[in-house]
Amino acid sequence: MTTALGGSAQQDAPAGSGRAGLLDQVLKIRELAIGAVLVLMLAATELDNGSFLSVQGIKDLLLNASILVLVATGQALVVITRNVDLSVGSVLGITAFAAGDILQGGGNPVLAVLAAVGLGIAFGLLNGLLVSIGQVPALVVTLGTLYIVRGVDSLWVGSREITANNLPASYSGFGHDGLWAIPYLGLLAAAVLVVAALYLRHYRSGRELYALGSSPEAARLAGVPIRRRVLTAYLLCGALAGLAGALYLARFGNVDSGTGTGYELTVVSAVVVGGVAFTGGSGSVHGAALGALLLTSINSVLPAIGVSSVWVLAIDGVLLLAAITVDRLTALRVARLLRNRAAATRSLRDHPAQTRSLRHG
Amino acid sequence: MADLTGADLTAAKAQDDVAAPPSATRRGGAAGLVRWDTVVGALLAILLLCSFGFVGDFGHTLNLSFLIGNTLPMALIALPMTMLVAAGEIDLSVGSVAGLSGAVMGSLWNAGMAIETIIPLCLLLGLVCGLVNGLLVTRLGLPSLAVTIGTMAAYRGIAQIVLGSNSVTDFLQPYLDFGSGRIPGTFLPYAAIPWAVLAVIAVLVLHATGVGRSLFAVGASAEAAWFAGIRVKRLRLSMFAATGVVSALTGVFWVLHYASARYDNATGLELSVIAAVLLGGVDFDGGKGTLGGAIAGVFLLGTLQNTMSLVDVSAQSQTVVTGVLLVVSVLGPRAGRQLARTVARRRSAGSGNAPVTSG
Amino acid sequence: MTHSEPDGVPVLALEGVSRSFGAVRALQDVSVRLFPGEAHALAGENGAGKSTLIKTLAGVHRPDKGRVLLDGRPVVFHGPADARDAGVAVIYQEPTLFPDLSVAENLFMGRQPRRSLGRVDHAAVRSATARLFQQLGVDLDPDRPARGLSIADQQLVEIAKALSFDARVLIMDEPTAALTGSEVARLFRVVRTLLERGAAVLFISHRLEEVFALCQRVTTLRDGRLVSSEPVAGLTEDGLVRRMVGRDLDELYPKQPAELGEVALSVRRLTREGVFTDVSFDVRAGEIVGLAGLVGAGRSEVARAVFGVDRWDAGEVLVDGVALTRGAPSKAIAAGMALVPEDRRAQGLVMEMSIARNIGLTGLRATTTAGLMNRGAERDRALDWAVRLQVKFARLADTVGTLSGGNQQKVVLAKWLATGPRVLIVDEPTRGIDVGTKAEVHRLLSHLAGQGVAVLMISSDLPEILGMADRVLVMHEGRITAEIPRAEATEETVMTAATGRERSAA
Ligand SMILES: Nc1ncnc2c1ncn2[C@@H]1O[C@H](COP(=O)(O)OP(=O)(O)OP(=O)(O)O)[C@@H](O)[C@H]1O
Ligand SMILES: [Mg+2]
Repeated sequence: MTTALGGSAQQDAPAGSGRAGLLDQVLKIRELAIGAVLVLMLAATELDNGSFLSVQGIKDLLLNASILVLVATGQALVVITRNVDLSVGSVLGITAFAAGDILQGGGNPVLAVLAAVGLGIAFGLLNGLLVSIGQVPALVVTLGTLYIVRGVDSLWVGSREITANNLPASYSGFGHDGLWAIPYLGLLAAAVLVVAALYLRHYRSGRELYALGSSPEAARLAGVPIRRRVLTAYLLCGALAGLAGALYLARFGNVDSGTGTGYELTVVSAVVVGGVAFTGGSGSVHGAALGALLLTSINSVLPAIGVSSVWVLAIDGVLLLAAITVDRLTALRVARLLRNRAAATRSLRDHPAQTRSLRHG
Repeated sequence: MADLTGADLTAAKAQDDVAAPPSATRRGGAAGLVRWDTVVGALLAILLLCSFGFVGDFGHTLNLSFLIGNTLPMALIALPMTMLVAAGEIDLSVGSVAGLSGAVMGSLWNAGMAIETIIPLCLLLGLVCGLVNGLLVTRLGLPSLAVTIGTMAAYRGIAQIVLGSNSVTDFLQPYLDFGSGRIPGTFLPYAAIPWAVLAVIAVLVLHATGVGRSLFAVGASAEAAWFAGIRVKRLRLSMFAATGVVSALTGVFWVLHYASARYDNATGLELSVIAAVLLGGVDFDGGKGTLGGAIAGVFLLGTLQNTMSLVDVSAQSQTVVTGVLLVVSVLGPRAGRQLARTVARRRSAGSGNAPVTSG
Repeated sequence: MTHSEPDGVPVLALEGVSRSFGAVRALQDVSVRLFPGEAHALAGENGAGKSTLIKTLAGVHRPDKGRVLLDGRPVVFHGPADARDAGVAVIYQEPTLFPDLSVAENLFMGRQPRRSLGRVDHAAVRSATARLFQQLGVDLDPDRPARGLSIADQQLVEIAKALSFDARVLIMDEPTAALTGSEVARLFRVVRTLLERGAAVLFISHRLEEVFALCQRVTTLRDGRLVSSEPVAGLTEDGLVRRMVGRDLDELYPKQPAELGEVALSVRRLTREGVFTDVSFDVRAGEIVGLAGLVGAGRSEVARAVFGVDRWDAGEVLVDGVALTRGAPSKAIAAGMALVPEDRRAQGLVMEMSIARNIGLTGLRATTTAGLMNRGAERDRALDWAVRLQVKFARLADTVGTLSGGNQQKVVLAKWLATGPRVLIVDEPTRGIDVGTKAEVHRLLSHLAGQGVAVLMISSDLPEILGMADRVLVMHEGRITAEIPRAEATEETVMTAATGRERSAA
């Protein structure tokens, strides 16, 4: 699966000597394309349905997105290292229930959140150890832990269920309220996002995540502590999935043994749509966050413009395809543009009238 | 990869005392001196023996045909999926294509069309679905994971549009008999025959033809394959198309087997298929694996579920067992390698000088 | 043979080291001592164990027997990081870069300069890279991604990386294999400065003249065993070859005068935007045409487009007068063309597949009967060519990745020669191949030409071009700037055209 992009990406890489910031330029524009699709879609919806972008509308949009943003951020960290964590949906489900269980028993909300994060870290540790020390393919292992955690969750939860009215009002409040149109959850997600982005961009260990995803062999020769870094990525991913579980509980109030089922695919789509390559070594957390925002917006837009629920799923899928297609086409166009421009500057730099003494023999 | 015995690969790896980085590690299809697909086959045999021996109802004709009938959807799709994965791609939309094909079948049946016309139409639809996946991947160079997550939603959504929340159950009995009936005197469902034919074809194509060789080459290194004159895109496209057709066929079978056409038929089938294929030792980085392993993986999962249900293991515990099995399936070979390494180290420490082997 | 070594303690040394891979004994009881200020060469045929020795010094492999000594004291390097921290910088035979990261990050991964709060100082990384590149005369943008760099550029980046360590020991495994004379000269200038500052250097090259130009001492390996370790002064090239190969060598450039036939390959005004422009030339049956030029001149790119791996934007390619479809290697192969690409690891071979299957990949049609593969035929075909090219292997079923660099190159050659091409394009055919086999490959090319094959040979090894080509085409900045017949081709005329200077005499 990881070779999916490899071949074509190589051929598309702009050839010839590049100009300053070429890499950055292409990447930036990549994310711009997703952003543009997002803005266009929201604007069109607003035109159709004037109340869509009201304060409450925006708040709902951000509320829906922030949980996905958190999990996608964690997933992006893992995917950048050329691994994947498919167990996030199960982890989200079980941590949400754990937090709910504590709160129902009259526990402290902070304790509940910490417990959820701690449980997430524990599963992250499990995945991380299996992948880094056990050196086994991440896809298989985390598909395995997806099943295991889901199974354990169902055994533990049984037919129990947590409902919003069993939760302290302050906790649910945190899941719904905010400063004007910005919900607290959104602020929290944004804070996490910024920290993760700074870490990836400006710290040696963050850069090493890219390095080992880009070429494990080269990373080994460069002395990157591969196991430790991979483990870190999984721990962070687990922690964020746990945090997301606690927030899911605050936001929706309802948790049962099926919570989070299939969520891994949504997260993976968000990450992929956001331009994080499964071949590792490229992409960014803010890209993944944009992807998450785009996906949740699609889900909010359709009901807002009065699409019948029967159509929602199909349009969802088609829009997702459209988004990645547009993104890809833009990237190709940009690459070609840069290649030609590089060529133009090069031939200008040489004497425009090149002396060619071609002799035929 | 039949002539690449597990042993030499293991030896080469085992000798390399600087541990390879995790993602560079490939399951060389080897556990100690045995290939992983053989191990899965052996596990399946052991499980079958135990089930026959200790689980009273297991050997009943009815149960066996149940087992096979329930496993067939997975077994069908695993055939093209293995090839696709060998070529370094993945298709998550298989369950949705099966659902869509079933939904179309149901609505066409409601519209009064004959099954003989409907089935080819469904297969054609599967072909189109597969081509859409394949064209998006090969023409635009999009990652197959992203594309098929998208089409997974899209195809399922179309199925919902086609059939809504209705279910069609009033198919004629002879057709339903094909889906759930048995070959007289055996426990084999009729549908096992077309599967067996497809399986033979798939094994031959993957392991005994140039196409199969090329698929593995493409999966291991698309660039080198392209330089060797292999039509990488066409090959990948045709694998997506094949996967689409077989998925549609599975959808048809599903409807007849369970006597019900609904838009949510075969939901989640993609994960089971992928789990089985992974269990069979097929490497999702492409380039490695055998169909025999994948098929053994499918039936190992199927049998395990069947047996556990018979001995009253809850569905939740079955999920846990599936997960554990997957994890063990990758840790097993790894532990085997570790063992081989220690053995080899001890052996080479004790041996003297010998001339360098050369070709 | 014992010869006087410099006094004092070697910075880094191997003592009685043995190392096997399965049944292959790559090193047996080998000792090497590296002294400050001395450039030490390592010579030997392909598969002699040179790279293994280097990887042992670098902490990639641990010796089965024997010791590594640092400043006279035994050390155990648990990994490349340990060796690096001990001041050992290594350029491996195969460039290993991070394709997704910028060139500058590639140089400084894990040891980027930092500013406040431990943040990476990106500007410092960039400027340090630019400085290093300037010193080496490399014209690369520090910000461009490493993906898509030619092998030569990758090697230059690796060199810059190793130099940036300011290491006490600099180990270089065939750093010059893909470089042309001017780049090599600049590299040597920098290395000599390091030597003057007291660094120890270990250098491998199959171009013996480079060994004589740079090194003071040479250690020769044969089949994993130490043959000799002696000063370079007083040694002749022939003497060194004798030690490596164990016998005298025949002529290195056994070029027979060609009998030219019809035009077999005709390239007409070929252009790929931004890469090369208006490239036209003919190659006749029986002719060897050399394509020379500096690194980055666009030689490989032309070869790739002609073969169909890349699309061209304008122009046409004719084989025996029939136009080829653009962007279709399978059509080119069907028309009788073969391309031995420059990057054997990414383009030439599927590294995880066996030797037999790699060679078999170009003969899937030929070894198929009634739709099914004939394993026996596939094996025979592979064995035939592997033996003809003297590939050193344990078993045909071994993965190609376990072969030494030069032997991998031979497998690529075998893979394509087995197709019996009528137009053969070879891009650096002898990169990393030892002198003995190099002569063999040259004899083979000459023989093929004698049989009427049209050969287009790209090489950065100018003597090779001059020795083998009937006619030399020279490229500069994506254009063909000169066409020089064999009689007039000299280092001077070719270099003049390659550097884009106006030719003094036409
Ligand atoms: N990882 C490995 N696994 C198995 N065999 C190996 C491995 N690495 C090297 N060898 C074998 O060890 C021998 C020595 O290889 P090495 O790469 O050291 O040769 P070399 O002298 O560098 O040759 P070249 O000039 O072709 O680079 C070869 O026979 C090679 O096949
Ligand atoms: Mg070597």
